[in-house]
Amino acid sequence: MTADVRARSPLADRVAELATIGGELVPFLAQVDLRVDPAYAGLAPYPLPLEPDTAVDDGRRAALWLGPDEWLILGPPGGGAEIVGELEGAFASIDRSVVDVSANRVAIELNGPGRFDLLAHLCPLDLDPRVWTARRCAQTLLGRAQVILQERTDATGILVRPSFTDYLVDLLLAVHGAVGGVGA
Amino acid sequence: MTGRRVDVGGAWIDRSRPIGFTFEGRELTGFEGDTLASALLANGVDVVCRSPILGRPRGIVSAGVEESSAFVQLSEPWFEPIVAVTMVNLVDGLVATGRPGVGVLPIDPLPTKPTVHRHAHVEFLVVGSGEGWHPTVGEAVQRGDRVLLVEREPRFAAASPDGVTVLTNATALGLYDDGYAVVDERGPERDTLWHVRAGRVILATGAHERPIAFADDDRPGVMLAGAVARYIRDFGVLPGQRAVIFTTNDSTREVAQTLTDAGAEIPFVADVRLGWAVAGTEGETHVEVVHLVGPQGERRAVEADLVAVSGGCNPAAQLFRAIGGGLRYDEPLATYVPDESGPDWLEVVGAAAGIGLPPCAAYWYTPAEDLSTHFVDLQRDQTVQDVLDAVGRGLRSVEHVKRATYIGTAIDQGRTSGVLTAEIVNAALGWELGAQGPTNARPPYVPVPFSVLAGMDRGPTLLDPKRTTPIHAAHVERGAVFENVGQWLRPRYFPEFEEDMESAVARECLALRTAAGVLDASTLGKIEVVGPDAAVFLDRMYTNRMSNLAVGSIRYGFMLGLDGMVFDDGVAMRLADDRYLVTTTTGGAAAVLDRFEEWLQTEWPELRVFCTSVTEQWAVVAVGGPGARDIVASLGTDVDLAAEALPWMTWRAGTVAGVPCRVCRVSFHGELSYELHVSSWHGRHVWDAVVAAGAVPYGTEAMHVLRAEKGYVIVGQETDGTVTPDDLGMGWIVNPAKGDFVGKRSLVRTDPLRMDRKQLVALLPHDPAALVVEGAQLVGSADLPKPPVPMLGHVTSSYRSTILGRTFALAMLKDGRAMHGGTVWAASNGATIACEVASAVVYDAEDRRRDG
Repeated sequence: MTADVRARSPLADRVAELATIGGELVPFLAQVDLRVDPAYAGLAPYPLPLEPDTAVDDGRRAALWLGPDEWLILGPPGGGAEIVGELEGAFASIDRSVVDVSANRVAIELNGPGRFDLLAHLCPLDLDPRVWTARRCAQTLLGRAQVILQERTDATGILVRPSFTDYLVDLLLAVHGAVGGVGA
Repeated sequence: MTGRRVDVGGAWIDRSRPIGFTFEGRELTGFEGDTLASALLANGVDVVCRSPILGRPRGIVSAGVEESSAFVQLSEPWFEPIVAVTMVNLVDGLVATGRPGVGVLPIDPLPTKPTVHRHAHVEFLVVGSGEGWHPTVGEAVQRGDRVLLVEREPRFAAASPDGVTVLTNATALGLYDDGYAVVDERGPERDTLWHVRAGRVILATGAHERPIAFADDDRPGVMLAGAVARYIRDFGVLPGQRAVIFTTNDSTREVAQTLTDAGAEIPFVADVRLGWAVAGTEGETHVEVVHLVGPQGERRAVEADLVAVSGGCNPAAQLFRAIGGGLRYDEPLATYVPDESGPDWLEVVGAAAGIGLPPCAAYWYTPAEDLSTHFVDLQRDQTVQDVLDAVGRGLRSVEHVKRATYIGTAIDQGRTSGVLTAEIVNAALGWELGAQGPTNARPPYVPVPFSVLAGMDRGPTLLDPKRTTPIHAAHVERGAVFENVGQWLRPRYFPEFEEDMESAVARECLALRTAAGVLDASTLGKIEVVGPDAAVFLDRMYTNRMSNLAVGSIRYGFMLGLDGMVFDDGVAMRLADDRYLVTTTTGGAAAVLDRFEEWLQTEWPELRVFCTSVTEQWAVVAVGGPGARDIVASLGTDVDLAAEALPWMTWRAGTVAGVPCRVCRVSFHGELSYELHVSSWHGRHVWDAVVAAGAVPYGTEAMHVLRAEKGYVIVGQETDGTVTPDDLGMGWIVNPAKGDFVGKRSLVRTDPLRMDRKQLVALLPHDPAALVVEGAQLVGSADLPKPPVPMLGHVTSSYRSTILGRTFALAMLKDGRAMHGGTVWAASNGATIACEVASAVVYDAEDRRRDG
C-alpha cells in the first residue's frame, strides 16, 4: 500500500509542522476493528487484552482494548486485509464482527519526554508516567477531538479521525506556541 | 497627597527594583512585589474610584480578595474590564483607571492574555497557605503522593515541603464532585486554567476580617485593621499617620504595635467591649476627623487620617459551602464556621475552620438615628438603612434581602457584608444571633474572564473543530465557498470567473441535469452492521423491510423516533448475508450509531449484531447526470455499468481508476448516478480523475435544488421532529406487515391519523420569478386579515430551478395533498406571494431519467 501512488494520507502536507512538536505521521497503518464475546478471546491468533484500557503488542500485531467486546488490531501499513483474514479464520465458528478500518483513523506518534506535558494541556486523563505506563491505551479527547491514545515505552500513539487531523495539529501547535515549547 | 512608604516592613517588595505604572493618567512608581493597591497607597492616592450609585469617593479597604471598594479597569498590558486593586500585581507599564461598580467592555476587541487549560491529577490538593495542612501533607509526601498547593497570593505564606508542586497567583474558582477543582493561575505572560482531579482536598483558605458599619464608614481612610498591618509589614506602606482603632477583639493589639513601630500615632482605640465605638467620620475626600461615642453616650472627636476597623473574622468557607458544606454559628467568634457536613474527600483546616480566630463581641454597627450612611456593601452602595427597609417591606430571609438590595452580588460576593447583613436582619426581626447565616456562596470564587474559560477554544480554527473530507484540499484549490454542516465544512458552490452564488448554482444544476456533475458526499455517516441477526435488527430500526434485500442491492429507509416521527434517513446496502452498510445523514451519524447501540444493549441484547462506525473509512464521490456512465467508464473499470447489469439501487465491487471501489446506483437528484465508495486514502485520486474526465463539481446548494426538484426530503429541513412518513407522502415506506419496528405503535395513535395534518407539497409561485422565503407562513388570502391570522402551513425549502426556468418551493401544508391545483399565499414581512399547490415532485415525476 505504501507504494500506492494513488493513496494519500491525511496530514501528508503537515509532516514538517508535526516534527516541530516531536510528532511523526505513521501513514497507512493497518487497523482492524474486532467485536467478539471476550469469552472467546483465547481463540485469537495473538493475545487480546482483557484488562480495560490496556494493549498487548507482540511486535507484529498490537491489540488495543476499546470495550468489553471490542478491540482494535494494529499492524504494519498495508496489512489490513491480512489481519481481517487472520481474525475471520480464527473466529470462523463464532459470532463476531471484523471490519477493516485502516483509513478510518490517522496514526500520529508523539515522541520526546515533553509529550506528556503537551498532552496534559488537552487531555483530561492522568498521563503521569507512574499511572500512564507503557501498555496503556484509552479512548479519550484531545481538546474537542476524539482520539485513541496508546502508550509505548518511547512514544505515545494518537489515532484520530482524518476529518479532525487539521484541527488537532493546529491545536497541538497552538499549545506548543502558547506554553513556550512544551513537547518535543 | 504624600508618599507613604516607610523604612520598616516591606517583606514582599524589592526596593531596588522600581516599577513605573500609570493611574488616571498620572505616571507613578512602585516596587517589584507591590500590588496595585499597595503602590497606590504608597503614592498617597486616596480616591481610587467613585461609588456606582451615589458617586461617593472610595479608597482601598482591604489587602485581598475581600476588597469591596477600590476597583479599576486595566488597559495595559492586558485589558480587564474591572478588577479590585488588591488583586493586581504591579508590572511595568501597567495602565489603570478607576472604575465604579460595573465593568465596561470596549467595542473594539482588545488584546487579552493568552490562556491555556491544563489537567492535573494529584492525591492531595491544598487550597491556600493557611495553617493546619502540614501534618497531612507531610505524611502524603513521605508516601510518594502527588501534592499540589495553590495560593491566591504571589507568595506561599508557609514553607512547603520538598516534593510538592506549588502554584502562586492561583485561585481555586470552584470545587465540584469527586475532588474536581478548577484553579485559575494568573501568570505574567499567560493564564492557565487548571482542571485538577484530587483524591483529597484540604481547604486552608484562612479567614476574612469583617468591618463594622458606622456613619460615613466608606470614606477613604477607613480600612480593615488586618489590612493596615499587612500594608506596613509586607509592602512598607503606612496608610496613615494618626490611626483610630475600632475593634471588637484582641487581634488589633498587634495591629496597634505594628502601627506604632512604623511611626504612627494612635490617638484612640474604640473597643466595643469597653463601650466605645466610632460614630462617624469627617473629611473632604479622606478621613480627617473621627467621631466617637462612649458607654454613657458621651461624644468625642479626634483628628485622624486612618480608621483601622476589626469586627472579627469570618472563615473563608465559600468553596466548602458551594460543594454542599453547611455552616454553624459560633458564639465566641460571633461568626459562622464550617459544620461537620460536606463531602468526605474535603477537609477544612485552620482559620477556614474557625481555628485560631480571635474571640470577639457580636457587634455589627454603631447605633444611630440616621443609618443611611452606614454602608454594609460598598460596591452596591447599600446601607444598614437599606437592609432595615427591606425587612420593613416584609422580607425575612437573607436570600430575599439579597435580591431586594443586591447586597452580596458585587465582585467581593459578600465577603465583608454577608455576616453583617444576616445579623442585622436577625436583630431587626427579633431573632437570636445566628438564626440565619449569610447567603450561599457559588463558584467562581473570584471573577474570571471569559477568555480564561475559553482557553484555546477561540479563533477561526480552534473555536470548534472544522471537519474536512479527504478531498477538501481539492475544493480549496478550486476556490470553493464553504458552509458549515454540523462540524463539517462542505463546499456550498464552486464559483467560476467571479460568479455569484445564484449563477454558480444555476450552472452546476444545469451541468448535472444535462451532462455530468460530481459531489463530494464523503460526509455521509456510515455504519457497518454485522452479525447473523443484522437483517432482523435493521427490520426493527427501519420502517421498511431490509431483511429481504438481496446481496448487491440497496434500499432507502426511514428511521422513526418512538413518537413515530421521522428521525433520520439513509440507505442500506447489503454486503453479505450477515453484513450491511447503512448510511445516515451527515449530521445524524453519531446519533444513529448511539441509537443502534442503545437498542442493542438495552432492549435486544439477544440479537447477535455488532455496529462499527466506518464514516471516515470511505470517501464517496457521487458522479451524476446523463453523462455519468461515460465519465465512470472513461476512468477504467471492471464493473459493467450498463443499466441491465447494474440496475437502479444496486451496487457492485470492482476497480475504478485503478483503485478498489464499490459502485452504487443511488441518486439524490433523479439522474443516472454512480456513487463511488473508495477508501478515504483514494478519495482525492478518484475525485481528480472524475473532474479531469469532465464532470462539473457541484456543492451542497446545487444538491439542495436538485433533490428538491425531485421532491426528495432532507431530514431536518422538511422535517422538524413532528413529521411522519405519511406527512411526507411516503406512506409506502412504512411496512406494518413485517413485524414490529421503532415508532410503529405511535403511527396508529390518534394524532398521526388525523385528517388535517401538514403534508408535503410543492409550491409554484404564480410569478415564476418570485422566490418565496424559506420559513414563510402560508395563509389563505392575498390580504392579511387582522391577527390572529389562520396559518395553513410553512415553507421548508425554496429555490430557483434552472431546468424548469422558474422558482419553486417545498412546503408543509395542512391537508396539502387535497389542495393540489389550489392557491395559497406565502407571507413574509407583511407581503404575500400567490403560489399554486402542486405535487412535491416538480421534475421527472415518472423517474424516466435515472437510468440515463
